[in-house]
Amino acid sequence: MIIKDKVIKYGNNVDTDVIIPARYLNTTDEAELASHCFEDLDSDFKEKAKERKIIVGGENFGCGSSREHAPLSIKASGIKAIIAKSFARIFYRNSINTGLPLLVSIEASEHIKDSDEVEIDLDNGEIKDITTGITFKVPPLPDFIQKVISSGGYMKFTKKQLAKSK
Amino acid sequence: MNDGKKPQTMAQKILADHSGKEFVEEGEIVNASVDIVLGNDITMPLAIEEFKKIGAGKVFDNTKIVMVPDHFTPNKDIKSAQQCKILRDFAGEQDIINYFEIGEMGIEHALLPEKGLVLPGDLVIGADSHTCTYGALGAASTGVGSTDVAVAMATGKLWFMVPSTLKFDYKGSLKKWVTGKDLILYTIGMIGVDGALYRSMEFSGPSVRGLSMDSRFSMANMAIEAGGKFGIFEVDEKVEEYMRSKGKTGYKIYKSDSGASFEKVFNIDCTDIELQVATPHLPSNARNAMDLGEIKLDQVVIGSCTNGRMEDLEMAAKIFKGKKVSKSMRTIIIPATQKIYLEAMKKGLLEIFINAGCVVSTPTCGPCLGGHMGILAEGERAIATTNRNFVGRMGHPESEVYLSGPAVAAASAIAGRIAVPGEVI
Ligand code: SF4
Repeated sequence: MIIKDKVIKYGNNVDTDVIIPARYLNTTDEAELASHCFEDLDSDFKEKAKERKIIVGGENFGCGSSREHAPLSIKASGIKAIIAKSFARIFYRNSINTGLPLLVSIEASEHIKDSDEVEIDLDNGEIKDITTGITFKVPPLPDFIQKVISSGGYMKFTKKQLAKSK
Repeated sequence: MNDGKKPQTMAQKILADHSGKEFVEEGEIVNASVDIVLGNDITMPLAIEEFKKIGAGKVFDNTKIVMVPDHFTPNKDIKSAQQCKILRDFAGEQDIINYFEIGEMGIEHALLPEKGLVLPGDLVIGADSHTCTYGALGAASTGVGSTDVAVAMATGKLWFMVPSTLKFDYKGSLKKWVTGKDLILYTIGMIGVDGALYRSMEFSGPSVRGLSMDSRFSMANMAIEAGGKFGIFEVDEKVEEYMRSKGKTGYKIYKSDSGASFEKVFNIDCTDIELQVATPHLPSNARNAMDLGEIKLDQVVIGSCTNGRMEDLEMAAKIFKGKKVSKSMRTIIIPATQKIYLEAMKKGLLEIFINAGCVVSTPTCGPCLGGHMGILAEGERAIATTNRNFVGRMGHPESEVYLSGPAVAAASAIAGRIAVPGEVI
């Protein structure tokens, strides 16, 4: 899978309270969640996300609560992938489980600038900054996780497994 | 097979046992059977939606699912009421016996141990990041997402990556008023909010063996604030005594082998640890409370899954006794469970709080996550015994939260600014 888009860049420790503040967690409606995504961190996010669909973060992206509403609201905002130096563990699980691709690359995170155009090749583990022409390799995901992603998320993966065992 | 008996950590052993193996490698992904699957009024509605999509029909075991509506309860507004209703209806349909309505509830991470629902050696998952709290009982316990809970409710199993372990060895006696909260804030200050990312934090040493169970729960609770997967303690006499008081025996006790590989061992001398405060906006901004200078406050919150237990309320009451909170201070005390509330009432603590000018609320997460029951306005500042001080955590994005243990919180309520007990009593 190839994802080609422009970048919105954020810093270290982007936490789930700024991704989707708890005051909006009394719903599971994706469009409503998306309408509040990042509003405490970046009030222009909604505007930016119309044109730019890859987020680049720093260290410990998604730290804080276990709310799956966080990757859901990002995904429902139209974001197609996130690149960061590292991800918080529950956010990492939730994103994989909901089918939002995450890429860990310290170099890419440092190099890529806000608004750069980037091409991500998930199958070959490559991130290319088209604006600067530099390509970064990313480590392949563990087998099991690849299977979950290629099934379209953990729920669909499990559904398949259950059907097989019947 | 583990014929040569390769040494393993507690975390490895529990994950190995729960996935039918004798040995698991760090970094290995296992599909393990879980003992408890937990969810609350925020995360469970999503999990239930996903569960229905899997099409499994019934949950794998109706005694192993625990549902606690605690975040926006008693129902804050119509939307929250709808969310709680989804849990209640599902619990009814599926005969979930461990669904706790508000009259018997509490904040989930205080409630589950209190009810004896988690045993040492259990593998527990919960769609709440502070599920790591049960590590105080020697359980491997961690927060996951709603889809994870949906899958685990359907199959009784979940994927886990076997974590490496960071060992924290605490020595030396604690200063007056210092509790587990200070030790963990100090520790997170030392390693940072991602210092234990993906790892198991194992707490050990003579100082932690001397800690009460309540203090251990606060420490395990905040493992996630360093990015940790587990925050685990060895099972000792205190844990066994705690379990006996819940009528529970016959669980399996896991200990890290002497040759087990720890990624790193931290030796921490507690004799130097002062009362701690984490300044905005990260739990890792730990400072000595007494060094902070004049920081005026608008609100104090004593409660949450970190510090809403008996030890915390007793400590606060010692400081509030015969005193008044500062004139402009809003002081909110939230016992973590109905049982703690009742005990605090019987011991006369509630009277001390009310006489001092505090309000006492029914158990709820409430202000801890900026839900309700004490939200901050623009430019306001609070000190709280909770676990997160991220931007906007307790209300307006321009408000600030400082984190501390109960002693500093109570002293600050009286002083009207951040203070240590010695300044007010
Ligand atoms: S008290 Fe706070 S941290 Fe604990 S479960 Fe409730 S919202 Fe989460």
